[in-house]
Amino acid sequence: MNFKNFKINFKNKRDLIPQVITVVFILLVIAYFTMNAQNNMGNRGISFGYGFLSQESSFDIQFSLIDYDGSHSYARAFLVGLLNTILVSVIGIFFATILGVTIGISRLSQNYLISKTAEWYVEIFRNIPLILQIFFWYFAALRALPLPENSINFYDISYLNVKGWYVPKFIWTNFNIFLYSIIAAFVVIFSLNRYAKKRRDESGKQIPTLLISLAILFILPFLTFLIGGVSLTFGIPELEQLSTTVFVYKNGVSIIPELISLALALSMYTATFIAENVRAGILGVSKGQKEAAASIGLTKGQILKLVVMPQALRIIIPPTTNQYLNLTKNSSLAAAIAYPDIVLVFAGTALMQTGRAIEIISITMFTYLSLSLSISVFMNWYNKKMAIKEK
Amino acid sequence: MKLSFLKPNKEKINNFLISGSFLIVLSLADVIINNIFDINLTAFLPEKLSYFAPILLGTIGLYLIRIEFSGNKLLDKINTNFNSNNFNAILTLLILFALIKFIPPLLNWFFFDANFLGDTKEDCSGSGACWVFIKVWLGRFVYGMYPDSEQWRINIAFIMLFLLVGASFFVPAKVKKYFILFLLFIYPIIGLKLISGGDFGLKYIETGAWGGLSLTFIVSAFALILCFPIGMFLALGRRSDLPAIRYSSIGFIELWRGVPLITVLFMSAVMFPMFLPDGTYVDKLIRVLIAITLFEAAYMAEVIRGGLQALPKGQYEAAKSLGMGYWKMHFLIILPQALKLVIPGIANTFLALVKDTPLIFVVGLLELAGMVNLAKTNPKWLGMAMEGYVFAGLVFWIICYVMSRYSQNLEKKLSTER
Repeated sequence: MNFKNFKINFKNKRDLIPQVITVVFILLVIAYFTMNAQNNMGNRGISFGYGFLSQESSFDIQFSLIDYDGSHSYARAFLVGLLNTILVSVIGIFFATILGVTIGISRLSQNYLISKTAEWYVEIFRNIPLILQIFFWYFAALRALPLPENSINFYDISYLNVKGWYVPKFIWTNFNIFLYSIIAAFVVIFSLNRYAKKRRDESGKQIPTLLISLAILFILPFLTFLIGGVSLTFGIPELEQLSTTVFVYKNGVSIIPELISLALALSMYTATFIAENVRAGILGVSKGQKEAAASIGLTKGQILKLVVMPQALRIIIPPTTNQYLNLTKNSSLAAAIAYPDIVLVFAGTALMQTGRAIEIISITMFTYLSLSLSISVFMNWYNKKMAIKEK
Repeated sequence: MKLSFLKPNKEKINNFLISGSFLIVLSLADVIINNIFDINLTAFLPEKLSYFAPILLGTIGLYLIRIEFSGNKLLDKINTNFNSNNFNAILTLLILFALIKFIPPLLNWFFFDANFLGDTKEDCSGSGACWVFIKVWLGRFVYGMYPDSEQWRINIAFIMLFLLVGASFFVPAKVKKYFILFLLFIYPIIGLKLISGGDFGLKYIETGAWGGLSLTFIVSAFALILCFPIGMFLALGRRSDLPAIRYSSIGFIELWRGVPLITVLFMSAVMFPMFLPDGTYVDKLIRVLIAITLFEAAYMAEVIRGGLQALPKGQYEAAKSLGMGYWKMHFLIILPQALKLVIPGIANTFLALVKDTPLIFVVGLLELAGMVNLAKTNPKWLGMAMEGYVFAGLVFWIICYVMSRYSQNLEKKLSTER
């Protein structure tokens, strides 16, 4: 924000009056609401405060990424909800991007069948409310899956049934060494790319950076297996019979159907918008750019990488970030199918138990708000950086 | 080694066409027969080869008919649109196979094996969809819990709306302005009074009983009418020279745009009553309408601001040089042009609003999607979730698709090429 403009010109009274009226009006509304809230809370014998966050929550959460049970505090329950929101958003963003880019490119395909299929995908999934899609996957499609004892079997390592999707668990030893090696690989790749770019700008010589980067990314972590003492085993899910009719899978990781249907619906819905952005971005690069690049002798791959993509990305990225943000906000629809995200855990269960509507709703809204604002600040910075510098 | 005799060329066009088409027909026939009669024509081949036989045959066939500038118009069209290279040929085949595989079962489920007759779940004996469920519950899906004997009121309100909207296209230009003002400001009150009742001998129906598709329309229509002017003033406020107004507009817009609608609805349900004097009761529907309106107004403001920013500065300067004041300049010169520029954005905001209406289930109001949720838990109709959601999805899809098409037409009609 630009605070330079924040000076009030007292000479011009005509400008002052509407501003004073606005400010006074806003203050009056706030004062009125605060007064009522205080009266109401006083009548019900509750006092405003965030102290309840450290109290014992005494409710369970079905699905949690960190250690949690009823003996933990409300603050911890909030954290569980937040992590679940982030989890489904990250999964959704990942698949939405892949699907969206594929469909966006397909819409521009010369192949009539491909472009029409992509177009109809966009028309169908964009025009159906997201909440209905979530309901469809959760209540209709995933409920039609078989019971645990007749699960759909994927090569004996992964099973899909009505209770969820069971995948192998990764059991690591010395996981942190492996993690460091990946970080180290990224640092090396980053410096390599900078060096390659510098060299290309100076001498025009090309280094096959993509191949070398991939090699580094595989070789460095692989070395840790050989000399770093890192090892990996898989906990493969196994069917266990508890009683004559009750079967469960143990070992392995269970991906609950709520998460599957939410991630599926979110990514399929958001992909339609990303596809439109990608299409607009590629169409937005003028034909002359490609022709100019071809006329100085760049190959097709080079044209795409060095001329088309940098310009298309400038058009694609801002609205796509907006879609990522929308996806994150839309993940709050989880409450409708009881996926324990921040809205269900905190604005639902915790609010029901404590009755502290103002505190809890304000925390929930503030969480989303800070997320959105930080992303929009980042976007403004990015737009400024990427804007074409005209002479 | 060069297989030049296998390179399709114009000289032996007939040979290539015949052999190519034969292979393509063979590959499609294999897939079709496999799907419909469950007979594998290529069963004599090894398992993997038999699996990939159709795509191999089809690709070779398409390769053989890929003759450039063959002189045959149809062939050239097929080659450029479906068969420009091997990769495209494979994609074409894969899509054709997928269509052959998935379209018949879908059609079967939808029509041929579906049940349309009867009025209990037991009448659904076929393997397809049970549309009896939709037929029996249609009244609830459209009118919610509104009493059967009073449903004519909703019908009349909506018929009136359609007649008025239809008539607005035909009235003379002079009356049109007042006509639209009537439609925007007077009619909503009449319609609402007709549906809620309480006066003129009409039975009072509380909003809790409203529901179904009619509620979807009521909520979207009211939010739509109300969010537009608020959004417009917010957009002007955000571009105002007066800092207090600018920053309060920015704060308002960013606050609503930063949070998901569901938390706003939660707020209107549990937090808003705390902010009112003890004992005041604001109707659920009105609270929801306020929440949705303010939420969508923030989005509308950003869309309109985009239009305001896109207008060349000369328009403002020209208006000022004619001696127009702030309001006159904006309402006569700036806004008409800015709004025209952002019709697609406005249409998208309206579409988002219609798609957001199912969320009012948070406060216990059940529109179409909510009614489907309720109906599928009815003990007599368990297991009907698929039919219910497909029906609701179809209804929403038609509404949204028609709206988006209409906005595209409007955009074309209003575009003034310079």
